[in-house]
Amino acid sequence: MSRIQPADSRRIGRRQFLGLGAASLGAALLGGCDRLSEAPSFQDLLGSAEGLTYRMQRLLGGGRTLAREFSAADLSPDFKVNGTHAPDTPAYAALRETGFADWRLRVDGLVVRPLDLSLADLVAMPQRTQITRHDCVEGWSAIGKWQGVPLADVLTRATLLPAARFAVFHCADMYEHAADGTGQYYESIDLIDAFHPQTILAHRFNDEALSVGHGAPLRLRVERQLGYKQAKYVMRIEMTDRLDRFGRGKGGFWPDRGYEWYAGI
Amino acid sequence: MTIVTAAQSKTPEASRRRLVYRHALATRLTHWINALCVTVLLMSGLQIFLAHPALYWGQFGADSDRPAFEIGAETNKDGAERGFVRLGSATLDTTGVLGLVPNADGDPTERAFPRWATIPSWRSLALGRRWHFFFAWLFVANLTAYYVFGLINGHLRRELAPTRDQLRPSAILADIGDHLRLKFPKGEAARRYNPLQKLAYVGVVAALLPLMILTGLTMSPGMDAALPWLVELFGGRQSARTIHFITAGLLLLFVLVHLTMVLLAGPINGVRAMITGKLAISEDDDHEPHSAR
Repeated sequence: MSRIQPADSRRIGRRQFLGLGAASLGAALLGGCDRLSEAPSFQDLLGSAEGLTYRMQRLLGGGRTLAREFSAADLSPDFKVNGTHAPDTPAYAALRETGFADWRLRVDGLVVRPLDLSLADLVAMPQRTQITRHDCVEGWSAIGKWQGVPLADVLTRATLLPAARFAVFHCADMYEHAADGTGQYYESIDLIDAFHPQTILAHRFNDEALSVGHGAPLRLRVERQLGYKQAKYVMRIEMTDRLDRFGRGKGGFWPDRGYEWYAGI
Repeated sequence: MTIVTAAQSKTPEASRRRLVYRHALATRLTHWINALCVTVLLMSGLQIFLAHPALYWGQFGADSDRPAFEIGAETNKDGAERGFVRLGSATLDTTGVLGLVPNADGDPTERAFPRWATIPSWRSLALGRRWHFFFAWLFVANLTAYYVFGLINGHLRRELAPTRDQLRPSAILADIGDHLRLKFPKGEAARRYNPLQKLAYVGVVAALLPLMILTGLTMSPGMDAALPWLVELFGGRQSARTIHFITAGLLLLFVLVHLTMVLLAGPINGVRAMITGKLAISEDDDHEPHSAR
């Protein structure tokens, strides 16, 4: 099961949270912050704040609040390409060769009707355009204009099975060739974000077809979270009830490497 | 502030000293938890800053936008690397201290802050964030407890808020004079804070610490959606990030002044009072600064 589950995290009450915090206080003074930083159990303790942040933001924001939308005058002059600049696999190169004419978005997992959607299919669906701020975990921000299909419409067309709890986005880019075989970029979001009106599968950026640098042919925009959640080169959306069977089990390439799964902060 | 116990005189110097109850338990507990939180937040915050050591003003800001402030390393004309801090168009060479600092092996490396200043000492944005957000929650809970207890037991109203007398220009000027001459109250006047002290504490408790929380929250895209007035208040996420950094600098400045004052005013007495609650004051007021009452 995911680390971020209201039912699970409710077990750590505020008193325990503070108690653990106070306990960590003494340990910090004795052992030194570096030694604590190396201890997996302490990393988990520090990570417990993520559940609190998630629940607090869901409490305040729920599924309804919108990220701020800007006007064309606010666009960043240059929107930085970050992460993968171009997937280096032969399969992606072949798709790129034909302008992604042979590319299909696979929607499967816990759905009634698995889908294979071409770019033309997606363009034919109702579109949403939004000018939003992209916040990188590193600290910088850029404002860009995105056009795409609301993820909610795609998921409604596929029809979720009752057990579905997360949408997992499988990407074309191998971000890192790790010894354990992981390294394929992927990300995941809960159903609240999946059905949020600003969560779109974008195929256009700043009034042009999405460039390879920004994730052609399709990338996720989930506007209330940080940049690493905005998966590029999306090939497949898999609906699932659990995240521990993907990658290293934390629900995304960067979450597998110590970053928060819930990146609303 | 009742007299808890009277110190027994053994030597003539100590003969006129007695212990008074100075700090409530809630004040002492929240003080030390806050000290821990602020230390960890500052050092993990510097770790986070390593990932993008530049500040901007407005809604957006990234590599190709002009930063208002920047820490970095560059190669100069002779091919030598140097660290720099840039504010607007002014550049300061900070090689060895900021921008270009020794790594674990002692070799110069491009890095905004030295290893001893960050948690963890090695570069890890992921771990820096974990430390930061955990202690941010603890910090907020502790500050809330401080406000609640401070309102209930009268600490904020009776001990922290300056009296009308203390806010008179003459009283403030006199207190500035006392500070410049390093004259600190030892007697009855030590049982309450002097005007500058109160203004500094109120500034931290009512302005700087809440400002850290608000600007910190404004950097969260989730919070910006939930509370859109946050971004409006600070004129953009990147402005808020810049104010977060400046306010952290002001807090660091406060801590340095605060520690200096503790050292000058008598560190053992002061630290003991913040641990046990009891402060030793002298009965004879011959060293009493004139602003004290």
